[in-house]
Parts: sequence; structure tokens; C-alpha cells
Amino acid sequence: MRKIKWSALAPAAYILFLLLPIYWLVNMSFKTTNEILGSFSLWPADFTLDNYRVIFTDPTWYSGYINSLTYVLINTVLSVAFALPAAYAFSRYRFLGDKHLFFWLLTNRMAPPAVFALPFFQLYSSIGLFDTPAAVALAHCLFNIPLAVWILEGFMSGVPKELDETAFIDGHSFPSFFVRVFIPASGAGIGVAAFFCFMFSWVELLLAKTLTSVAAKPIAATMTRTASTSGYELGLLAAAGALTIIPGAVVIWFVRHHIARGFALGRV
Amino acid sequence: MIRRSANQKAWWLVLPVVALVAFNAVIPLMTVVNYSFQETFGENVFFWEGTKWYLQILQSERFHASLLRQLIFTATVLAIEIPLGIAIALSMPRRGIGVSLCLVLMALPLLIPWNVVGAMWNIFALPEIGLLGRAINALGIEYNFTRQPGAAWFTVILMDVWHWTSLVVLLCYAGLCAIPDAYMQAAKIDGAGNWQVFRHIQLPKLKRVLTIAVLLRFMDSFMIYTEPFVLTGGGPGNATTFLSIDLVKIALGQFDLGPAAAMSLIYFIMILLLCWIFYTLMMRGEER
Repeated sequence: MRKIKWSALAPAAYILFLLLPIYWLVNMSFKTTNEILGSFSLWPADFTLDNYRVIFTDPTWYSGYINSLTYVLINTVLSVAFALPAAYAFSRYRFLGDKHLFFWLLTNRMAPPAVFALPFFQLYSSIGLFDTPAAVALAHCLFNIPLAVWILEGFMSGVPKELDETAFIDGHSFPSFFVRVFIPASGAGIGVAAFFCFMFSWVELLLAKTLTSVAAKPIAATMTRTASTSGYELGLLAAAGALTIIPGAVVIWFVRHHIARGFALGRV
Repeated sequence: MIRRSANQKAWWLVLPVVALVAFNAVIPLMTVVNYSFQETFGENVFFWEGTKWYLQILQSERFHASLLRQLIFTATVLAIEIPLGIAIALSMPRRGIGVSLCLVLMALPLLIPWNVVGAMWNIFALPEIGLLGRAINALGIEYNFTRQPGAAWFTVILMDVWHWTSLVVLLCYAGLCAIPDAYMQAAKIDGAGNWQVFRHIQLPKLKRVLTIAVLLRFMDSFMIYTEPFVLTGGGPGNATTFLSIDLVKIALGQFDLGPAAAMSLIYFIMILLLCWIFYTLMMRGEER
């Protein structure tokens, strides 16, 4: 018994370490800015929901969330839809240049966004998409499609090839096999890939900020602007930050059974 | 692993991905290559400069300094996160109701927007209003990350450990769960100690997920921008100005297109080269 208790201590301590900064953020979001700057307390003495009220009633704030969610969702759908056939090809067939192509795709996951910020700005301005959610959604495909291909390929390699062969013998054409048989069979992989696309599009800011100005401004950019223009409204900043944690936490819950395998890109 | 059959028609399935990624990658990359060989005074007038910008960047002390900072940062983070991640994954429960909760809580930092991570650590570590800052100062150690370079480094590294160790934990956990119980039972019968089990059974089985972990952590820590930028702004002075922060300063701050483009390409090629080495090693392990 004793041994079990000791070994549970390490994860418990680690989770505590993870939760402390998050607790502090949530704690501050329920305080007024005056209380934050004036006194130091471990929990809000003067509990207030005003910060949240401001965010939910002021369009400059809540439109940031809508913009972010819009481009994240478009990007997730695009990335997974494009990656599905490609991942199938990589997991089932050898073809001319397949290994080089796979590596080339991965190189885009390795490209520092800082390198692409300026050329993206010019590219998307010149095709008239600047300051639209579509621009950010497309730009995020740069790193999300390679990632989705990588994850899906890992999961699809675990789907036995007999499935394909039986389906073709049963008279399915390729499109009908792919949509009716194969996609349902790789459901877990698709869920996990979608989760990761959501995640990386949601947390990225440099490109999202560079490609938008007013109309499609993501919530993260709204936060930085408010912090610099109207002085330090720390309570408001903390509330906005705390709210950005929620979508992630919700999506995580749906893939919790596959998450560990997902992080291993399906390759265990 | 599936045996794959040769089929050139598979190219049709890959084509949409190639088209979309090429649109996003090749056009901007060509723009960068263009700038890196030219000088401009605005109004779309360009002059051929050859390799001038490359030589300038490669010889500039500013670039050397931020490259050195970047290397120290990446090495430190890897040295902390990989062993810590393995240790925590080893001590996690394998089954029971605690597992899902553990995984969800651990994955939480990974899903917070990067600037919020920076802002969160900012208010967490500030000496007057932050829990961490207060606690360290209460211990009698003078700590102010906005003024002391040492404290700034400590905070940036602690933040990265907080942010990304979970990735290593989740990868290793997946690897450990994939080891058949029979292996562990056999080891127990042979009387192997904990260390021997780890050294001869678990570690070899973790090789592949660890390669992915090192690869991802290397890439992402080498391109880190938002979190330290929001936390310290690259300061105090230039103490925490890593490569990406420096690059954005040159490209979007000073609008020096030529040097910025040359630096981008040198930067990209460095990452590419190191990742290619990792990738080849990983694929070789897979074929064996």
C-alpha cells in the first residue's frame, strides 16, 4: 500500500504545479483592478463578476471569441478533409517520391511562424483576404495539414488492410468504400486529428494577429491591445484569459480516451 | 505495420494537400528568398545585392548572441522536460478512474493560447501581485524578473516547463501503456529491480515516442516567440531575446526586409537540418 501512495505523489505534485498559475488567473478575474493592485490576498476579498459582465456585453470583447472560434473551426474542417485522402495514400501505397513528399510536408510544421509573418501579410493582402477569418484559417493550414496527415497516417496504419480488400470484393467503388467503410473505421484517429488541429489553431497568435486588423481580430489580439491602450486593466485581462481556457478544456474532454495515443501521433 | 503496395495513382489522393500547402509555403518562401538577395528603398524598386545580407547576418554579433541564447534555452528546456516527463509518466496510474482526470488536467496547459500563457505567468510571477513572486521574495531571495536577467531566465524556463512537460508525459504514457503485461510479469519473475525494468524493458520500448517528443520539443522551443515576448518582451535589455523575437523585431519593427529575409532562411535551414537528422534516425528505427 505504502508504495502506491508514494508513486501517486509525483503526479499529484505535478498537477498542483500545473494548476497554481491557472488558479491565480481565475482568482484575479474575480477581483477588481483596484484590489489586485492595492492588496495581496489568496482569494478575492471583494468578489465581483464585473469583469465577465464587461466581456459578455461589450462587442469589441465578445466578437474576439467569435472570430477566433470561426477561423479555428474552418481550419479544423479544412485540414482534416484535405488530410484524409492523403493520409490514406501514405498509409496504404508506395508511390514515386512518397518519403520525400512526407518529409516536405513535415518541414512546414517546422517552419517558424516568425519567418512567414511578413510574406503571409503580403500574400493574403494581394488576394483580398486580409482581415477575414478565411485568411487565418488558410494560413494555419500550413502547419495543421502536415500534422493531421501525420496523425491520421499513424492511426490508419493500425486499420487492417483486409478491411479494404473485403470492401472491394463486396463491390464498393473507391469513393463509396472511403466514405462508407474507411472513414467510420478510423473514427478515433479523425477525432484526435481534429482535436490537434483545433488546439494548434486556437493557441497560435503571431500569424492570426498579423493577418487581421479590425473586423476579424482574434480574442488573443484583443487582449494585448486592451492591455497596452487603456493602462493595466488586470481584472479584465485575467477574465478574458480565463475564458480562453474553456474551449480547450471542453474539446479535451471528448477525446480523453484517445489523447495519450493521439500525442504519440497514433504510432504506438 | 502494413505492407504497402506500389501504386502511382496514389498521387491523386495526395494532390489536394500538396496544392494547398504549396500555396501557403512556396509562394511566401519565394518572397523571402527574393528579399534576401535584394535591397529596396520602397515603391517596389529592388536592387540585386547578392549574398550581402547573408554575410552581414552571419557576421553580426547580434545574431550570434540571440542564437547562443536560443541554443542555451532549447538545451535547458530539453534537459529538464524530457527526464521529468519520463519520471511522471512512470509514476502515473495505468487504470482506474484517476487516469482520465490525470490526462485531462495535464493536457490543460497545452490548450491555452500562447499569449495567455505569457500573460498568466506575468501576473503569477510579478513581485508585488503574483503568487510566485511574493513567495520567492518572502523566502528572502530578491526576485524581480522585469529587472534581473537571471530571474527573467528562471521565469521563462519555468514557464516553458509548465507549458510543455505534459506533452512529454502524454507521449511516454502512451508508450508505456503499449508495453504488453507479459513483459513486466516476466521481468518480475526474473527478479528484476525497478531500475533494471526501466533500463532494459521500458526505455527501449519508449524509444520511438521519445524521438517524437524530442523532435517536437526541439522544433517548438527553437521557434518560441509569443510566450517570452508577452512575459518579458525579450528583456530586461536583450537578456531573453530569442531568435524569433529578434527576427520579428528586424522584420516588422525596423522593416529591414533584406536582413530579415536572410536571417529567416538561415534560421529555417538550421531547424530543417536538425529535424532531418532526427527524422532519418526515427525512420531508420522504424524499418528495423
